[in-house]
Amino acid sequence: MTDLAIRTRALTKRFRRHAAVDGIDLVVPRGSVYGFLGPNGSGKTTTIRVLLGLAGATDGEVEVLGRPMPTDLRAVLPRVGALVEGPAFYPFLSGASNLRRFDAADAGASRRSRDARVAQALDRVGLSNAAGKKVRAYSLGMKQRLGIAASLLRPRDLLVLDEPTNGLDPQGTREVRSLVRSLAADGTTVFVSSHLLAEVEQICSHIGVMSAGRLVAQGTLDELGGAGGSRVRVTTPDGADAARVLTGLGLGAPDVTADAVVAAVPVQLNGSAPAPEDVVAALVAGGVRVRGFTVEHDSLEDRFVALTGEGFDVVR
Amino acid sequence: MSADTGPTTTQDRPDPVGPGAPPRGRTGGLFASEVLTLFRRRRTQAILGVLAGVPILIAVAVKLSSAPRPGEGPPLLDRVTQNGLFVGVTALVVSVPLFVPLAIGVVAGDTIAGEANLGTLRYLLLAPAGRTRLLAVKYASTAVFCFAATLTVVLTGAVVGGALFGLRPVTLLSGDAVSVPESFVRALLVAAYVSVSMLGMSAIGLFVSTLTEIPVGAMAATVTLAVTSQILGGIPQVDWLHPYLFSHHWLDLGDLLRTPVVWDSFVANGRLQLAYVAVFTALAWARLTTKDVLS
Repeated sequence: MTDLAIRTRALTKRFRRHAAVDGIDLVVPRGSVYGFLGPNGSGKTTTIRVLLGLAGATDGEVEVLGRPMPTDLRAVLPRVGALVEGPAFYPFLSGASNLRRFDAADAGASRRSRDARVAQALDRVGLSNAAGKKVRAYSLGMKQRLGIAASLLRPRDLLVLDEPTNGLDPQGTREVRSLVRSLAADGTTVFVSSHLLAEVEQICSHIGVMSAGRLVAQGTLDELGGAGGSRVRVTTPDGADAARVLTGLGLGAPDVTADAVVAAVPVQLNGSAPAPEDVVAALVAGGVRVRGFTVEHDSLEDRFVALTGEGFDVVR
Repeated sequence: MSADTGPTTTQDRPDPVGPGAPPRGRTGGLFASEVLTLFRRRRTQAILGVLAGVPILIAVAVKLSSAPRPGEGPPLLDRVTQNGLFVGVTALVVSVPLFVPLAIGVVAGDTIAGEANLGTLRYLLLAPAGRTRLLAVKYASTAVFCFAATLTVVLTGAVVGGALFGLRPVTLLSGDAVSVPESFVRALLVAAYVSVSMLGMSAIGLFVSTLTEIPVGAMAATVTLAVTSQILGGIPQVDWLHPYLFSHHWLDLGDLLRTPVVWDSFVANGRLQLAYVAVFTALAWARLTTKDVLS
């Protein structure tokens, strides 16, 4: 039994000659909430399909819950709940009938407890009142909730949620977040993909960032958040003096503008950098008229953009 | 969402899936769900409704006109007025070339492609339904539909015919008269024959359905193949091919309406259909079990 919920080695998925996923090494610890980030078209959903045995890997190895996939698919999948590329249902069946059908497809699911488990899953996503309604009449957000309910039909060790808040209103998004938190608190590993950083930042313990089929960063939220730089910004009319003082304190490359100076805090100084109040004292002692002083940290979003590139263009 | 209800930990439940012991059995649940889903669909109900319309149309047409003389109109039409039961048999015979294959083509072509199109295929596989198990269940439910379709025609015909013409002993093709219960058995036998005739085509439809994510395409292709097979069957220049066409024995059901019943065509047809089922379910299996499900 390993302590990893998902492990891939050099996982590659090629469609003809185009590599949608290009040699990624995912490491998802058990009990973590892993945010799988990346812009549209970066290979997130393809990776998830391969992880769950819907598509075959061109190269590399996949282990889910400590077992090789897709070899042990029949033993692994009953322990995995998944929402892949949006929910999908039979529009002519009710919400509850849809869940009963998916549950019936699982040979290991008990028939006797089926109705109770379906009712419980519906209750958990707040759809009890719409259980008997045909899915045709569901809104996008309701379908999304039903999709999450389907992944909760049985107790799961791993939950894979691909863009779970798509189509949800702010209230629904909050509910999904609290649901993920409560599942994680119960010990379920949650692997959640998203292109919305803010959403992931709030609930995840770990993050992996995809760009153009490659995993460009992976680690705990603190590792990735802390890896970004920080800067001091001094608002002052005495730019040249301020720059001299800041350089003397070991801060790098001051950028002087008409009414402000921005200097980077070098990464090697992180932790041992002078305290903000000492910097201000040194500036005042140096005759700098300080009108404002702030320490700025790179947000995860800055990191994300730095890693995946700016703009709306789909990379490939 | 009430985020704090329900057990979610897995530590406190016995793991039903031990190492090396994949879940077995309980395919009955999926099969029941499949049949239920199939027959709950409006489309399936509409198809059966159209098929039920054929005997009604025939019965009413015959009732409103003078009794047909032997040899006039579709085969067996002249027996209709003797025994209402034959309305169903006659309706089935006229439906075999197109209506029945159309119905089967829709259902068989939809099996996998329809699920792929809805996106439910990925959720069935994630359940996990198992690709082989899913295919077996899909084929079995299509076979159930074959029998449901032919029984719909025969039973509707029996009810309508019985009401309009009454149920009397009837003279068969061999000249013998059979009782009403016996003629009912013969009508069911004809339904069974036509159902078996459609099993090969159902397997072809299943295979075509694994090739695409567009159900209408799979349906059209399957029906086209059925029509093509019948056209080839009507061209004497390719008579060497005829015994291998899946539609070759479709209309050879006259043997079931003789006394005693001649089983030759039933057996020959069964063998031919079995060969088609074996080949095309194998192809469908090879295709589905190696396919990337990207829908």
